[in-house]
Formats: sequence, C-alpha cells, structure tokens
Amino acid sequence: MRLLLTAAMSTLAAGSALAGEASISIDIPRLNVAEYHRPYVAFWLESEDGGKITNLAVWYDVKHKDGEGTKWLKDMRTWWRRTGRELTMPTDGLSSPTRPPGTHELTFKSAAAPLAALPAGNYNLVVEAAREVGGRELLRIPFQWPPKAPATLDAKGDSELGAIALKLTP
Amino acid sequence: MNRPLKVALLALAVSTFSATAQAHRTWLLPSATVLSGKDLWVTVDAAVSNDLFYFEHHPLRLDGLEVLAPDGTKLTPEHVNTGRYRSTFDIKLGGPGTYKIMVLNQGVFARYKLDGQNKRWRGKPEQMKSEIPANATDVEVSELQGRIETFVTSGKPTTDTFKPTGRGLELVPVTHPNNLVAGEKATFRLVLDGQPAAGLKVEIVPGGIRYRDKLNDTRVTTDESGTFSYTWPGPGMYWMSASVRDDNSRIKDARRRASYTATLEVLPP
Repeated sequence: MRLLLTAAMSTLAAGSALAGEASISIDIPRLNVAEYHRPYVAFWLESEDGGKITNLAVWYDVKHKDGEGTKWLKDMRTWWRRTGRELTMPTDGLSSPTRPPGTHELTFKSAAAPLAALPAGNYNLVVEAAREVGGRELLRIPFQWPPKAPATLDAKGDSELGAIALKLTP
Repeated sequence: MNRPLKVALLALAVSTFSATAQAHRTWLLPSATVLSGKDLWVTVDAAVSNDLFYFEHHPLRLDGLEVLAPDGTKLTPEHVNTGRYRSTFDIKLGGPGTYKIMVLNQGVFARYKLDGQNKRWRGKPEQMKSEIPANATDVEVSELQGRIETFVTSGKPTTDTFKPTGRGLELVPVTHPNNLVAGEKATFRLVLDGQPAAGLKVEIVPGGIRYRDKLNDTRVTTDESGTFSYTWPGPGMYWMSASVRDDNSRIKDARRRASYTATLEVLPP
C-alpha cells in the first residue's frame, strides 16, 4: 500500500513538472526602522498594452480584527487603481496574510487557474509593495507567455522590495 | 486735498479692496479622496484664503453644505464646526462608491446709494424688498450661484452623483475626479444651466503655494461643448475654478454671477 502511494505521488510530481509552471521568488528586506509593519504586497500580470489584468496574489493583514486590514489596500495605489478597487477582500485563492522579512516562493501551474486561461502574448509581472508608516515600491518583469524554454528573469528593488525572480518552466 | 479727489481716492480704495476680496479662494479640503476598507470617515476643512490650501483668512460658511452618497441620497455631516480660520465637518461613508461634497452659496448681492452714500447688502432674494430701502437709488443687484465641490471615493468609483441639476455652473466629469494621476490627461465638461458653457476660462492652481515663489497657475478654455482637458504636471491637491457673469437671473433687472470651484487630488503614477 505504501509502495503504491509513493508510486502514485511520484507520478503526480513528474506529471506536474512536465505540465509547466511559473514560480516567483520574492525577497522582503529586513528594515531597521523604529516601527515596522510587514508590507502589503500585490502580484499581478499585465498584458503589454496594460489592458488585461490577471491577479496572482495579494498579501495583506487579513487577520486584523473586523476586516480593518482592508483600510490600507489602497496604498498599493497602482494595483488599487488597476484592479484592487473592483475586488472584494478577502478573496479565496487570491488573498493571504502578510509575510515576514525573508525569501518567499509562489508557484502557479500552467494548467491551473489563473495561468490556464492566459492567452499567448507579452506580459509584465508586476509586484507592488506598500508598508504602513513606510514607503511603496513597484517592480515589473517583462516576459513572454507561454515560455518556449526554461528561463529565470529578475528585478531588484531598492527600498521596500529586494530581489524578485520569475522562473518560467515550459 | 480737495474733496472730489478725496472721494475719488476713497472709491478707488474701495474698488481695489473688493477686487482683492474676490481674489480670495474658497475651497474644501478632504482628508482623503481614495479609500479602501469599511467603517470609513472623511474629515473636511473648508476655508476662504489667499494661499492654497492654508487656512489663514476666513472660515467657509457651511449654510449651503450638502453631501450626496453614491446612490444620490443626502448624508448628514457630523461634528460641524466653524472656527476662526476654517470650518470642519466629518462624513461617515456608508458604502462603496463616489460621494459628492458641496457648498452651495445661493444669494443676492446689491450695491445702492442712500442719501448720497454707497451701501452694500447681501441676503436672500425674498429679503430684498424689506431690507433695501425704497428710497435707495442706483441699485445694482447680482444674483450669486456659487458651487464649491470635492469628491471622495470608497472602492470602485461611481458616477451617479454627477448628474447636473441644471442650475448655475456645474462640472460634468468625463475623467472621474477620483481617478487622477500625475502625467495623465483629465477631461471635464462645464455646463451653465445644464447647457454647454463654451469659451469659459478655467483656472487651475496646484496647492502648496506657501512653499514656492510662483503661483504656477494655468488657464484653459472650454470648447463649444464646454469641454476642457488638462495634463496634471505632478501629484498633489489642485484647485480648479471658473465663473460667468450674465443677465440670466431669475430676479428682475439683476445680473447673475455663477461660479464653480473644485478641489481635486492627483496621485503619483
């Protein structure tokens, strides 16, 4: 039984690796400030002309009592204007709690939502961070979808965001 | 100094003073224009001043204060106070959408002579008969239709509060007034009594005057449809104003002065 399960799991893992994915690695810098709050971070995809938006993830203070954490969502002002103000938070599969300083990974399977519905074309991965009593920073990584070959693209922030890498696996 | 010259100088002084008085700017300044979340409050300063947006001259009288909720219903402002230099009030936002905050100054201004002396009077149309003496001469009456506005939006911007009333000078946004970003062009329409206000000069002044030498004001002219556009040079609060003088008063033999003023926030890109 155990053997069977292991075999099934390895098939699943191999299958998903073949199916392709996009993974984002994000470094939240440790800041030496008197009052530190974890940053709100929004991740989304924009078509090259900026017309089509695909939300990937929103990190905000989901646990704040009475949903008061939504008060600072508008500080990610580009995301707020493009798509945030049209959404209701929290949203399943999109919103999750803020993360501490360090490196974090997000992985999106090509065959699953939201990438499965993404038409072929040129896109920007946009990452916007805003910190209470702190600053705001926005980074863009241009890429082509679907990827033809494995690629790792990156960008580096200089205040609220550290290194960001987008790893594409066909 | 001979007497006629003295009188002439006095008249000059009076007219200079009144020109200065009209140069004062009236404004509403909201604590925020773009909001997210729930249980939201906005507090608003209201003043008449030279420099934008500093309360350094007179409070704005709030007799004509009205707040329209996104669904068009009226909201009652709370904590209304008028101090030495400014008035303030709070608004508890009820739900998502765009709120229109306005102060409507409707009234009558009159100049007249009584026993050779110049007099001024300000009040309501129905008070005119009883308060301007019957033996007054050289009576010049102006009907005032002043509208001072600002907008705040919680969540997604809505446009239901932009429908003009058809009285006086009003703004019909083409670009949403809570969707303004530095470097982008915004387009608005002005209507007078609901009709396009063509060929009207609109003055736009960025706030923060105290900390710069130049006013940095811009004048744009409305086209035949009353439309004008402006590309915001930088983020911040902006004051926008236009006025019209004509003979379309409902009061007999009176002139009409219709004015429109708005405070708009432009966010960084």
